[in-house]
Amino acid sequence: MIKNIQRILIELANIHRFVMRFFREVFMPPYEFKEIVRQCYVVGWKSLPLISLTGFITGVVFTNQSRPSLAEFGATSWLPALISIAIIRALAPLVTALIASGKVGSQIGAELGSMKVTEQIDAMEVSGTNPFKFLVVSRVLATTISIPILSFYTAAVGLFGAFLSVNQNENTSFRVYFDQVFDAVTFLDVFSLVLKAVVFGFTIGIVGCYQGYHSSKGTEGVGKAANWAVVMSMFLVFVEEILIVQIIQAMRA
Amino acid sequence: MLKTGGHIDYNTEVITVRHVSKSFGENHVLRGVDLKLHNGENLVVLGRSGTGKSVLIKLISGLLKPDSGTIEVLGEHVDELNEKELQQLRLKIGFSFQNSALYDSMTVRENLEFPLVRNKRHLSRAEINHEVEDVLDAVGLLNTINQMPSELSGGQRKRIGIARTLILRPEIMLYDEPTAGLDPITCIEINGLINEVQEKYKTSSIIITHDLACAKSVGDRIVMLLDGRFERQGSFDEIFDTDDERVKPFHDYNFIT
Ligand SMILES: Nc1ncnc2c1ncn2[C@@H]1O[C@H](COP(=O)(O)OP(=O)(O)OP(=O)(O)O)[C@@H](O)[C@H]1O
Ligand SMILES: [Mg+2]
Repeated sequence: MIKNIQRILIELANIHRFVMRFFREVFMPPYEFKEIVRQCYVVGWKSLPLISLTGFITGVVFTNQSRPSLAEFGATSWLPALISIAIIRALAPLVTALIASGKVGSQIGAELGSMKVTEQIDAMEVSGTNPFKFLVVSRVLATTISIPILSFYTAAVGLFGAFLSVNQNENTSFRVYFDQVFDAVTFLDVFSLVLKAVVFGFTIGIVGCYQGYHSSKGTEGVGKAANWAVVMSMFLVFVEEILIVQIIQAMRA
Repeated sequence: MLKTGGHIDYNTEVITVRHVSKSFGENHVLRGVDLKLHNGENLVVLGRSGTGKSVLIKLISGLLKPDSGTIEVLGEHVDELNEKELQQLRLKIGFSFQNSALYDSMTVRENLEFPLVRNKRHLSRAEINHEVEDVLDAVGLLNTINQMPSELSGGQRKRIGIARTLILRPEIMLYDEPTAGLDPITCIEINGLINEVQEKYKTSSIIITHDLACAKSVGDRIVMLLDGRFERQGSFDEIFDTDDERVKPFHDYNFIT
């Protein structure tokens, strides 16, 4: 028991050091622009199909599930407003982050893990390249930039899915639906989406990189790195979700 | 097949290791190692698996830090340098890894360009291409330039790994088991390559190996790591002129049937 707690504390200290190193190196030249752009492409573009599907289904299912409750009060005309708030405040960043934790987080963990195990990271280091900057900083920046963009995209797809459902059942037109959708959102809602997405993106990137960069020798180390990257970033995403909601609530009041 | 000299300057030491110890937890790997590498010399390090040969050259290149003792490379104390100075020093040291450590998401060409574009920013595209083709030609693998590392054989990977370290024109080469797991003909090719590098680029090298044929054909001097220390050193024949049970099997296994 004491040993476990000790291990967790040591791990936390290591993560803290890793994060501090990121902030120290992110502003120092040379900047690896090309690699950052390439990573954005990898992170963003490659998760697009899965995110499209999930976002769309989330929109449809959420709408269909909410309808009966509103119908009880004869308030189905509130559907667009309800959907819009739910998707933009909560669902879009969360769904995006969870998908990305699974797809991007595990990929980063496995990729850096295998580079670590096969000494490719050491090889970079001895050939005069800073591997932290080239591998870690570029990936973390890429997820921090891409996840917010993806979140907006998820929101758009989700709102569109919801529209199809509302249009089918309530005969609401495209114009009316989106008028109501945009009427319901405030600046703070959009701000909370961006804030969450940035924090989630940073978390997914840094956790994946940390697990990979510190993976143990041997091939099972790579699997473990990928696995832990997913578990840990999903857990942290939920914790951060709760914290950010509290902060936004406080700002709303 | 015995080596005939190079241009060794026994008065200049490019690497000086003094009383270096390194442990991993309870595992005391190196226990007071002393080592000198002279300018232009090919030094072979022999030793059983797990005696800390790879650890030794990782200490020399600053990938690991010694627990005690000092390491001087080209006149600089490796463990006292800051990040930037270390990076500068490392450009003069070529490190050929035991398992090649090629970047497997990049083609052979990109692997070779990688250290170049990052450290010699003034080079033009044409100059970079020329350098890449030059070292690839030196290791005899110009035809693999657009292949991925996963498409290469073990021996080819080794040679590309060596080419990637040569491209920065290092003054010192560290070879970690360059011939391990290769067929005899490829071994002979690699030994030839190591000697050629010594001649052509005027490098001083440390070559780690279990392979006595390799030791014999590339080594100007041989040292043997035993129980965390260098207890024996000398020419090939001097090293094996002994009844020490820790040393004899190396020779007997290779040369007696
Ligand atoms: N990063 C590390 N962390 C913990 N222990 C290590 C580390 N690197 C090496 N060791 C240990 O140090 C010892 C020596 O390892 P090293 O790789 O130097 O052996 P070697 O002489 O190169 O053997 P081989 O001929 O098999 O390559 C081994 O017992 C290994 O377990
Ligand atoms: Mg080794």
